[in-house]
Amino acid sequence: MTTPLLKAENLQVAFAGVKAADGVNLEIAEGEFLAIIGPNGSGKTTFLNLCTGYIRPLAGEVFLDGRPITRLAPRTIARQGIARAFQIPQLFTDQRLIDNLMLAVAARRGIWDAFRPLDRRTHRDEAMQLLSMVGLEDVAEQSAATLPEGLRKLADIAIAFALKPRLLLLDEPTSGVSAIERFGLMETLMTALRQARVTALFVEHDMEVVERYADRVVVWDQGRVMADGKPDIVLKDPRVLQNVVGVA
Amino acid sequence: MLQSLVPLLVDGLANAALIFFVAVGLTLVFSVLRILNVAHGSFYSIGAYAAASIGLWIVSSGFSPYLTFPALLLSAALVAALFGPLVERTLVRWTYGKSEAVQILVTFGLFLILEDLQRMVFGVQSLYEDTPMALLGITEIGGIVYLNYQLLLIGLAAVVIIGLRLLIRHTRHGKFLAAVVADREVSQTLGIDTNRVFIMAFALGVFLAALGGALATPTSGVAPGLGAETVVLAFAVAAIGGLGQIEGAAIAAVIVGLARVLAIYYAPALDAVAPYLVMLVVLLIRPYGLFGSVTTRRI
Amino acid sequence: MPLLLLLAGLAVMAVLPLAVPWLQFTLTIALAKGLAALGVAVLLRAGLISIGHAMFFAIGAYATAFLMRDLAVTDFATLIVASTLISALSGLLFGAFLVRYRAIFFAMLNLAVSMVLFSLLAKLYGVTGGTDGIRVATPSVFGMALARPVFADVLYYGGLLLAGLVGFAVHRYLKSPLGAALSAIHTNEVRLEYLGVSAWSVLLVAYTLSATLAGLGGAIAAMAIGHVVPEFAFWTESGHIVLVAVLGGIGGVVGPFAGSIFLEVVQTLAVGFAADAWNLIIGLALIGVIFFLPRGLYGLMETRRRTSP
Repeated sequence: MTTPLLKAENLQVAFAGVKAADGVNLEIAEGEFLAIIGPNGSGKTTFLNLCTGYIRPLAGEVFLDGRPITRLAPRTIARQGIARAFQIPQLFTDQRLIDNLMLAVAARRGIWDAFRPLDRRTHRDEAMQLLSMVGLEDVAEQSAATLPEGLRKLADIAIAFALKPRLLLLDEPTSGVSAIERFGLMETLMTALRQARVTALFVEHDMEVVERYADRVVVWDQGRVMADGKPDIVLKDPRVLQNVVGVA
Repeated sequence: MLQSLVPLLVDGLANAALIFFVAVGLTLVFSVLRILNVAHGSFYSIGAYAAASIGLWIVSSGFSPYLTFPALLLSAALVAALFGPLVERTLVRWTYGKSEAVQILVTFGLFLILEDLQRMVFGVQSLYEDTPMALLGITEIGGIVYLNYQLLLIGLAAVVIIGLRLLIRHTRHGKFLAAVVADREVSQTLGIDTNRVFIMAFALGVFLAALGGALATPTSGVAPGLGAETVVLAFAVAAIGGLGQIEGAAIAAVIVGLARVLAIYYAPALDAVAPYLVMLVVLLIRPYGLFGSVTTRRI
Repeated sequence: MPLLLLLAGLAVMAVLPLAVPWLQFTLTIALAKGLAALGVAVLLRAGLISIGHAMFFAIGAYATAFLMRDLAVTDFATLIVASTLISALSGLLFGAFLVRYRAIFFAMLNLAVSMVLFSLLAKLYGVTGGTDGIRVATPSVFGMALARPVFADVLYYGGLLLAGLVGFAVHRYLKSPLGAALSAIHTNEVRLEYLGVSAWSVLLVAYTLSATLAGLGGAIAAMAIGHVVPEFAFWTESGHIVLVAVLGGIGGVVGPFAGSIFLEVVQTLAVGFAADAWNLIIGLALIGVIFFLPRGLYGLMETRRRTSP
């Protein structure tokens, strides 16, 4: 059996006595497109925080390629190949969109460059490529602060892509995007992921999106994995229907 | 050894009491308004000038010298009434929600303005007015002489701590204050007039600083530059205790007072350095101070 | 565009003392303080305000004084280079732990360190000359002992050249990826860390740079004044450096110099009638700039976020 790309082992964490991760075990294989669903407050975002080193577990381990990354800082984990797009887009809002992307490209290629301009051919070309990948090339020169929420979401994803990650964590990529645009965004995303051969994990609320795009779906409930399997099977599980889907 | 250490200790604690008044004012303003007021020390020196001037006037006009005691309180109240609402409503209010850099810069601007205003009003000479201290005399215990005024300062500091506690826990306005500290948005939706709470808290902070200054005049007088020296000490004490922590400021003041006593005793050259060394060490170990708490950002 | 401005400024500065000779000393001091203000402006890019940066100005100044008094170094260039290096090294050393902090905690810790330095300079009489400070003799230039007025020329034009070079280098730095990462710390540090960039390292570079600039300024000031005193490190001096940076505008490299030159010249001109109200005037000016010209503050006016230290 091959080593899973990411493996979480018995992760536990609590905030003010509430268990946000209560023995989470999960494996993601290379090339998978995995969806996480579950009610609000069930610990989905906490899991992403744990995987990227933003918070540290009380117990348990996270492995990337079989090597523990549990207590590493977000920057170290990012450099080892896990990128993240956020639920609330995290942009450098005082800059133009293109500058955001150029900085992300520079961060990957080497930030230790104090004399040549950030805004140069190689950075600009790649940044534009990333923006056109998510369809934002027309607003490249706009300030990141003035973009509507949906576009910021896309920009955030493009920034994560700039790191050329092996694993991409997407926190509700389609929230804030209108229902009509949702599938368009997912199509773009899937194409980009396949092209770049990136494994991805995404937290999602839209069951249709999950059903159509995920290879596998994991159901979260009260800090635990409650169900795990193929979407067509899991989404028909009566417990899942009642706890998660039924509400939506 | 004890013979010489005990008076030093009383001296150190009396000093700590004075710094405590300023620091607790600073920390109170920070906890309610979320503002680090660089001009806070100026209220200390203005309080000192006011107390010295009024005291000198009382004595020279032939009134009872015992009137200098209420005059100390009165001058602090005057400074608070004059500057508290005015400064809060004009300058400070405008910086709410702005970055720390802006708040520090605006209050630094205020500090500069107040420095020159003091020079214009009170001149550049030092003022001494020690009637209250002379009136209280000394106590001798076991061959050691204590200044009663210093004991009074220590007692007053205790009164202020207890008073603040009672005010916050048991009065209506105090509870509003605590509510605003805990959660500004929620208290607004609960119908608390936050503007009034801000004015009140700022004026109280000014009063405490001015009180410290007024009470300091009998022992050390007042001279230009006092405000600049005091505010950094108050920063140190407030930071050690944890910005916004009232009891923390009290404990920090005692720690700093004792550190200075030890420095004077063992390494006199380090006397002035001691508070900042303590601050450095504490903040390196606990960045939020001894009693401060951490907030993390949600993503 | 900023470079043209820099060149134009340098040209004006080069001819100004020829027209108004008594301004030369004022302008030398203005350059020295402008360098320190530029250092502070670099840190302000990251949203960090230091109310302790005068310590590096003092370190540069005292380094020059110590080198002359205790090591008998008299050469101008050696003094400048060595003092600047010493400041850079102190910046690296202090920065290594100071740049872990943000917002008020950064400001306060810088203040604490600078006050420790100030108190030591004032108290350790045997080493530092206490509150009397240390006299700084006129350095020699390339082995030549110069008369004071000639040295003043060398110092001024040397300082001008250095300010130009340094300004250019800082300009390049601010436009580079490393400079962009610096402002990114202010806008969204979490995102930056998630890009695999260590905010600590980015800031350490900036902090060391800012200490270097302040130290260079201090060394120039020590030679110009011929005397160093502990007050160089007092917190009000630090406040003034920030004030100069803000009055000049922290958006580009020219601003801090412009602010410094403007303030020093006006203060010299106003000494006859406004000396007693000088602090009042600049205090009002500072508040006025923040109230009415917030654009100069380059993003600092944004509503603050909750940040960890």
